[in-house]
Amino acid sequence: MTDAYSQLTTADGRPLKAALAAAQARARRRAFLLVAPLLLFVVVTFILPIGQMLQRSVYHDGFSNSAPALGEWFSSHPDGSDFDESAYAALASDLALMKKDKTAGEAGTRINYTVPGTRSLFTSSARGADKLEPPYKEALLALDAKWGEPVIWQAMREASSPWTSDFYLIATDRQRTADGGIERVPENERIYLWLFGKTFILSGVITFLCLILAFPIAHLLATLPMSKSNLLMILVLLPFWTSLLVRTTSWIVLLQGQGVVNNILVSLGVIGDDGRITMIYNQTGTIIVMTHILLPFMVLPLYSVMRTIKPSYARAARSLGATSWTTFRRIYLPQTLPGIGAGALLTFILAVGYYITPALVGGADGQLISNLIQFHMSKSNWSLAAALSAMLLAGVLVLYWLYDRLVGIDKLKLG
Amino acid sequence: MALPVYADPLERLWYYTYHVICVAIFVFLISPILIVMPLSFNAEPYFTFTQKMLTFDPEGYSLRWYDLLLTHGMVAPDAPRDSSWWEDVWANAAWVKAAKNSVIIGFWSTIVATVLGTLAALGLSRSEMPYRRLIMAVLISPMIVPIIIIATGLFFFYSNPCSMLGFECGRLTSTYTGVVLAHATLGIPFVIITVTATLIGFDQSLSRAAASLGASPSRTFFKVVLPLILPGVISGALFAFVTSFDEVVAVLFIAGPDQQTIPRQMWNGIREAISPAILSVATILVLISIALLATVELLRRRSERIRGVTPQ
Amino acid sequence: MKKLLVLSTALTGMALPAVADVTVMSWGGAYGTSQTEAYIKPYSAETGVKVTMVDADNPATPVKAMVEANNVTVDIADVEYADAIRLCDEGMLEEIDPAMLPPAPDGTPATEDFLPGALTDCAVATIVFSTVFAYDSSKFPEGPTSIHDFFDLEKFPGKRAMRKGAKANLEMALMADGVPAADVYATLETPEGVDRAFAMLDKIKKDTIWWEAGAQPPQLLADGEVAMTTAYNGRIFAAAVAEGKPFQVVWDGQVYEYDLFVIPKGAPNLEEAKKFLAYATDTQRLADQAKWISYGPARKSSGALVGLYQDGKTEMGPHMPTAAENLTNALPSSYEFWVDRDSELNERFNAWLAAN
Repeated sequence: MTDAYSQLTTADGRPLKAALAAAQARARRRAFLLVAPLLLFVVVTFILPIGQMLQRSVYHDGFSNSAPALGEWFSSHPDGSDFDESAYAALASDLALMKKDKTAGEAGTRINYTVPGTRSLFTSSARGADKLEPPYKEALLALDAKWGEPVIWQAMREASSPWTSDFYLIATDRQRTADGGIERVPENERIYLWLFGKTFILSGVITFLCLILAFPIAHLLATLPMSKSNLLMILVLLPFWTSLLVRTTSWIVLLQGQGVVNNILVSLGVIGDDGRITMIYNQTGTIIVMTHILLPFMVLPLYSVMRTIKPSYARAARSLGATSWTTFRRIYLPQTLPGIGAGALLTFILAVGYYITPALVGGADGQLISNLIQFHMSKSNWSLAAALSAMLLAGVLVLYWLYDRLVGIDKLKLG
Repeated sequence: MALPVYADPLERLWYYTYHVICVAIFVFLISPILIVMPLSFNAEPYFTFTQKMLTFDPEGYSLRWYDLLLTHGMVAPDAPRDSSWWEDVWANAAWVKAAKNSVIIGFWSTIVATVLGTLAALGLSRSEMPYRRLIMAVLISPMIVPIIIIATGLFFFYSNPCSMLGFECGRLTSTYTGVVLAHATLGIPFVIITVTATLIGFDQSLSRAAASLGASPSRTFFKVVLPLILPGVISGALFAFVTSFDEVVAVLFIAGPDQQTIPRQMWNGIREAISPAILSVATILVLISIALLATVELLRRRSERIRGVTPQ
Repeated sequence: MKKLLVLSTALTGMALPAVADVTVMSWGGAYGTSQTEAYIKPYSAETGVKVTMVDADNPATPVKAMVEANNVTVDIADVEYADAIRLCDEGMLEEIDPAMLPPAPDGTPATEDFLPGALTDCAVATIVFSTVFAYDSSKFPEGPTSIHDFFDLEKFPGKRAMRKGAKANLEMALMADGVPAADVYATLETPEGVDRAFAMLDKIKKDTIWWEAGAQPPQLLADGEVAMTTAYNGRIFAAAVAEGKPFQVVWDGQVYEYDLFVIPKGAPNLEEAKKFLAYATDTQRLADQAKWISYGPARKSSGALVGLYQDGKTEMGPHMPTAAENLTNALPSSYEFWVDRDSELNERFNAWLAAN
C-alpha cells in the first residue's frame, strides 16, 4: 500500500480506503443478513436439538436421583474404602426410597448398563426394602449375595454422579473392572464396534457396486447424442424421484421366496421349487436394495464429469498406437477420477447412515448401526443411543469434511 | 457412441457386450418401479403374481386394492355410494386422511424451506459473504447427517422445546407445526443446492443496473432477480416437497395419530397390516413422481434457455 | 400461488378439527381390527366420542418411552401381562379402581367376574391369547404335531420364523427339548437352563427369520418365505378362516397369557380413557371380540356368549387357547418370571442374535 493511495479521497472528502472498507463491510453485512434467518432456523431446529440429544451420552441421572444416601456415602468415602455397615445402611435407605418413589427399575436399569444382569437385583430387593432391619449388611447379603460383589459397588460409585463416560465404554465394547480399570468385554458380548465395522464394510461394498453399475451407463449417457441421452437419463432420474418406500416395496415383491425373480428362475428350470434363493430379509437384501436406491447418486456426478471429457484425447491416443484398453486405462479413466471421487464419497456418506431400507428388508443380519440406535431409542436406552449416535455422527462428519475438501459442497448437484 | 471404423473384431464384440451390459443396468434401475403397477391389480391379498395373473385371466385382476384405499377406515364402507358415502371417504378413510396430511405438511414445509432457502442462497452467492464455506456446510448438513440422529434429536427437543431456556412451554410432538418444521429443515439443503446452482449463471451486473436506475432492493429482487432464478427456485421447491412427501423416519418419531402421512401408512403396510393396498398407493406415487420429474426437466431446459446457457 | 394458499388453508381447516378424543395403541392387524369392530365402533356410535387406533409392534415399548420423555400421546395401551406389572411398578401407569368396571349382566361384581389375575393395580385384562406355532399344510401333508418338530430341520425342512425377543421363544425351546411345561420356569431360573434354551434355538438360528409385528407371521407363511412360524394364534386363525389360507395351528407347546388395557401416566384424556376402558371391558364387548378373532374373553360371564365367527359358520370354541383339547401340553406364561428378567434375557437374546 503506497502513501499516494492512502491519501486518495472520495468526492465527499473521506479517505478512499476507509470508504471502501465501509462499503465492503456494508456488503458483507447485507449478505450475512440474507443468510441469517435460515442460519438461525437451522441452528434452532437442527443443531441445538442434536447437541442436546448428544449430551445424554454423558449424562444419566437414573441412579443418582434415586439413591441420594449412597451418593453421599460415595462422596465422603474415597475409592477403595471398605464397604462397611454405613454403606449398607445407605443402600438400605435408598432401596426403601426407591420402593416409595417406584424408581427401583430406573436405578437398576442404570447399573444394569455396566453390570448386565443386575436390574432384577434392584427391583426384587426394593420390593422388600421396608422390612429390612439392621445390621443392614447381613440383611442385604441374606436377601441376595450379589450385594457383596465389588463390581456392583464400583458401578454404583460411577453411577452416583449423573455425568459419566460409561456409555462410551459400552458403545466401544468395554467395561470397568472391579478395581476401576477398563477392559474389553468378553468376545461373545462384543456387538457395537463390530456393527460399526460391518456398517462401514457394507457401505463400502454398496458404494463399490454402485460404481461398477454407474460407470458404464454414465459413460453411455455422456457419449450418446444429447437427444438420446436425455431420454435415457429419465431411466436414471425416475428412480431418483420415486419414493424410497415404493422402491423398497417393489424389491420385496421381486426378491421374496415366492417373488417374481424366484418364480422366473423356477419356471425357467434354473432352480427347483424347493431351491428358491433367499435374497431378502437378510444382508443380501440390504445390499441389493440399497445399491438400487443409491445408484443415481453415483451416476449423476460421474455423468457430469464424463460430459466434459473431450473425445479427442482418446482419439489422439488411439492414433498414436494405443490399444483401446490402454486408452481407457491411461487416458479416459484418470479424467473421470473427480466424478468417481464425488460419487463414491456421497454414496458412502448416505449409505453409512441408512435406516429405512435395512429396517424393512435387512432381516436379522442386514441391520446397520442406525437400526441399532433406533432399537436402543425405542427401548428407552437413550444414553446408549446417544453415545452410538455421537460416534456415527463423528464418522459421517469426517467424511463430509473430506467431501468438502476434495469435491466442494457447492459442487453438489441434483439431476 | 458409434463404433469407430478402425475397430477390430474384438472391439466389435466388446461394443455389443457393453451395450448389453448397459441395457441390463437400465433394467435393474427401472424394473422395480414398473413391477408394482401390474401387481397393484392383483385379486389376491398377497404380494406375488398369481397363476391367473400370469395367464392373463381377467379374474386374476381386480381394482379391489384401489377401492380399499377409499374404504379403509370409513365409518360405513358398505353404504350406497352416494354423496354421503364420498363425504365419509373424505372425512374418515385412512389413506385419504394420510394424503391430506402429506399435502398439508408438504406444502407448508416447502414454503418455509423455499423462502428461507432462497434468501440464504442469494446471500451465499455473493462474493462478500463471510464464512461462506462453513455456513454452506452447516446449511447442507441436514442432507448428510443420518436421519435417525436428526429424528432422535427432534424427539427430545419437541417434547419440551423450551428446556434449553429452563422452562416448559407445551410441546411440538404430535403437532402439525412440529412435523412441518422438521420437514422444512430436511428440505432446505435441496433448495440451497438448486438455487445457488441457478445463481452461478446469474449476471450480477443486472441487479447493479437496476439499482443504478433507482430500483429499491426489493423491487430489484422481484422484478429482475426472481424471474431469472424462478426455475431454480421452483425445482428447489419441488425437491423440498418430494423430500417431505417421502419422509417417514421423522414422522415415526415425532408425529401423533393425527399427522399420519402416506409414507407412514406405507411403513405400516409393509411391516404390519399386510395389504397390497400399498402397491396401489405405490403405483399412484410413481405416476406422481413421473409428473414431477417432467416438470423439473422442463424447468431446467427453460432456465437454460432464459439464461442463455447452452445445454452441453 | 394465491390459489395454492387458499387450497391449503381449506385443507388445513378441514383436517384440524378432527382431533381424536381417545387414542388407543394396540398391536395392529387382525387383532386391531377385532378391537375396532368390537369396542371402538359401538362406543363411537353410542357416545359420539371419536376413538383413534394406532399400531405398534409391542405398545409397552413406546408407552415407556413416552412416559419417560414426558410426551404421552396415547390414552390407552394394550400390553402383555409382565409389561403391565413392570410399568405399574415403575410408576408409569395410572391406577385403575376395579369399582369403575361394570358388573356382569347377572350382577356379579367385576372383581369376581374377571378370571383370576385378570385385574391388577393398573391393568384390566381383555383377552387370553397364545403364542403357538403354525405351518402351511399344503407344504407338509403329514404335518408336525409337537413343539419338538418345530426345531427338527431334518424331519421338517424349511425356513422358520420366530418373534424377535426372548419371551415365549425360550419357553418353547425348553419344551421342545423335553422339559415338561410345569418345570419350564424353574429350569429357566438357572443359568444352565437359559443356556439349554439358547442351545435349542441355535439349532434353527441359521434358518430363522425374526418377526416383530404380529401381522408378519401369516404374511411370511402366505408368501412362502417360511415353512413354519411361531405366531399369535388369532392372527393365524384370521388368515386361515377369513382368507382361506391352508394354515394349521399346532397347540402343543403353546404359551398363553393375558393381554391387558392400561392407561399411561400423563394420558391426555384421562377421564375419557377411563370411560372407554369401562365400556370396552364389559361382558358383551369382550364376548363380541371373539366374533372377530380367536382369543378368549377375560370375563367368565362373556364365555357363555361366545358363539360363531363373523362368517356365521365357524364355531369359535375349538380355536380358543383355553379349549380343553388345546391345553394338553400348554404353558401359562409366568409374569413373575418375566417382570424381573425381561430386559436381561432380551439383552442376551440380542447379543446372541447379533453374534454370527
